[in-house]
Amino acid sequence: MIVVRWIRAFVDFWIDFIVGDDWTVPVTVLVALLATWGLDRAGVPAWWLLPATVVGVTAVGLRRAARTTR
Amino acid sequence: MNVTVTVTVFLAAAIEVIEMVAIVVAVGATRSWRAALAGAGGGLVVLAALVAAFGTALRGVPIQPIRLVVGALLLVFGLQWLRKGVLRVAAQGWGIGQGDEDVDDSDVPQGRFDWTGFVLSFKGVSLEGLEIAVIVVAVGGAAGAPGSAVIGATAAVIVLAVIAAGTYRYIARIPRRALQLFVGALLSAFGTFWAAEGLGVSWPGSDLSLLWLAPLYACTGLVLLHFVRGWQSSAAVTGTPDRATSPGGAG
Repeated sequence: MIVVRWIRAFVDFWIDFIVGDDWTVPVTVLVALLATWGLDRAGVPAWWLLPATVVGVTAVGLRRAARTTR
Repeated sequence: MNVTVTVTVFLAAAIEVIEMVAIVVAVGATRSWRAALAGAGGGLVVLAALVAAFGTALRGVPIQPIRLVVGALLLVFGLQWLRKGVLRVAAQGWGIGQGDEDVDDSDVPQGRFDWTGFVLSFKGVSLEGLEIAVIVVAVGGAAGAPGSAVIGATAAVIVLAVIAAGTYRYIARIPRRALQLFVGALLSAFGTFWAAEGLGVSWPGSDLSLLWLAPLYACTGLVLLHFVRGWQSSAAVTGTPDRATSPGGAG
């Protein structure tokens, strides 16, 4: 039972660490990483994509959170 | 002693140590010094074991996959903090309220060890430390002066650790919600940089890209802070249901 509790706590920790309050953030980051990799493999400069994604996903997430939080 | 090797490794290691110290101080000031220092110590122990076990084979450690994984994890965690920092400052303001017990520390476990702070600090120290170890082995080995390289790297770690120890008290005085916004921007910047490098992307200006990434994210947070206040006001006027109860939560 103790081992199961440890495993559950371990899994919960990583879910909280990665997903947090908004699951769309890690999903968007994952898609952006794949797109960055694809662009780079195609020989297209891709350094701008992650920073642009960070700005975009932060703005969208905050807008959604602000409209549901008072 | 080969002075050229010592100075070269000192300067190269100093850049990595600055990044390492920035993460440890940021985690310590915003979460828990105990967890941050334990994570840093753990990272250094792992590095020492790696260096002792593998020696020159460290040059063959593939750094790119490590950068990708660590960078991606730091990025998603940093974005959570940036978001929470903006929402908390929007809700409670920049300053410490009268009788406010100084900081909002709802996201740090009370009376328990802060594993999140430990992992953040551990990853930052072990990744940057691995790069320092590779520099030491590569430069020291190539010049035939490993001892001089070790002295240069050790001096960089000691000098910058002393500087950090002298300044952390000032950082700790900043309200946590404000610090969370800026540390979130900092972690996101490191995460962006490492994750992209792990994918093989070349940054214009290499490591200097961190000098515009972190300010870009911090400025984004500050600009969005202005908008968030407006969105919250309009939501209040139009009577949007209050589904989320607080900008807090774990993490």
